Amino acid sequence: MTENNKSMYILRNMTISAMLLGLFAISGTAIVAYTFDKTKQRIAENERAMIVKSLHALIAPEEHDNDLYADYIQVKNEPLLGSEDMVNVYRARMKDEPVAAILNSVAPDGYSGNIYLLVAIRYDGSLAGVRVVKHRETPGLGDGIDIERSNWILGFNGKSLDNPPADKWRVKRDSGVFDQLTGATITPRAVVKAVKNTLNFYTSNKDMLFNTPAIHMEEQP
Amino acid sequence: MSSYQQIVRDGMWSNNVAFVQLLGLCPLLAVTNTVVNAIGLGLATTLTLVSTNIIVSMIRNVVRPEIRIPVFVLIIASVVTAIELAMNAWFHELYKILGIFIPLIVTNCSIIARAEAFASRNTVGHSLIDGLFMGLGFTSVLILLGAMREGLGFGTLLSQAHLMFGEGARSLTIVMFEDYKGFLLAILPPGAFLGLGLLIALKNIIDKRMAASKPISIPVTATETPV
Repeated sequence: MTENNKSMYILRNMTISAMLLGLFAISGTAIVAYTFDKTKQRIAENERAMIVKSLHALIAPEEHDNDLYADYIQVKNEPLLGSEDMVNVYRARMKDEPVAAILNSVAPDGYSGNIYLLVAIRYDGSLAGVRVVKHRETPGLGDGIDIERSNWILGFNGKSLDNPPADKWRVKRDSGVFDQLTGATITPRAVVKAVKNTLNFYTSNKDMLFNTPAIHMEEQP
Repeated sequence: MSSYQQIVRDGMWSNNVAFVQLLGLCPLLAVTNTVVNAIGLGLATTLTLVSTNIIVSMIRNVVRPEIRIPVFVLIIASVVTAIELAMNAWFHELYKILGIFIPLIVTNCSIIARAEAFASRNTVGHSLIDGLFMGLGFTSVLILLGAMREGLGFGTLLSQAHLMFGEGARSLTIVMFEDYKGFLLAILPPGAFLGLGLLIALKNIIDKRMAASKPISIPVTATETPV
């Protein structure tokens, strides 16, 4: 009998512990679910605002009249766009006429991994500008590609595939026209190459880029 | 029972998370390359410590010893996730910079150490103060190290303050040396280790001086060994 009582006692204890643990799991999940629900919209707005702000740094708001954030497609071309994933392409239009395309391409051979770029190309094939979105290059050396650190990236403004000619699309050390950064050649070399590849991709796919219908966003509640 | 004064002194100095317990060093070393990053992570950690200490202390008589650790882990994980979402919503750019180190607050051993060693044995009021000052002690080391590394590395202090305090705070940035070339070692990870080592050495020197000048007055602090 006492043996039976003892196992009953253990069982009861185990049940209480399990229920307590379950209760805490439920309350924890409830806290997270509540916070998620309260912040969801704000976070989505932040993401959107960040993207629109970075796009507007390249194509001024008055140059287009469409919703840049909504008018985008996804393309894939690993050799030219540097990423095995889909790459976003945002389109700027004015009265339904194409103005520019902004490609979210990648320089895969940075000094410390991928360098994520936004390359804005005007309809005529000239560069409206380039920005580095994300990188892990050495602080103080390679991070000069970041607009927050130096103006190096502005050197691309107005360039196109025949200005400078194809064999001059290199950093100066490789007898091209683009400056390298003091103490860092690999980083600018990777960016110059990626921008050139992106321009090549644009030139051969121009019509497709502007004519493909935009991916429809999910309806916001 | 510890008095409030004792708790404050423990948190800020004699049992400081970063200087004495040497806990949470991964985020400490990783994000202290600028003062603003240090403030951001420090405040997030402090908020976590305060919230988890309060909750753990409130439920300390309900939770059975055999399930206390999983319950603490659940509480800490939920609180950190909620804080992460809130930071994403209200300090979006800072959140982007601190990146993985916000969710990684979960793995900061100092939080479960305080839950186990202090909050599960003390009243809510004491636990709140303990969480607050353990967090502030950690934050002040982060800021000190951040200031050392940013000052040496970039020659500025509080650069990018607008990420934390809004656009009006851009002018808070202090440029210490015009046209400074930068000192790379301070910004790279080895700089964090060297800086922390120097700070700990400095603290030990101060402790020794103080002990030598008044040998009787400082009582031995009750040691709380974190699990």
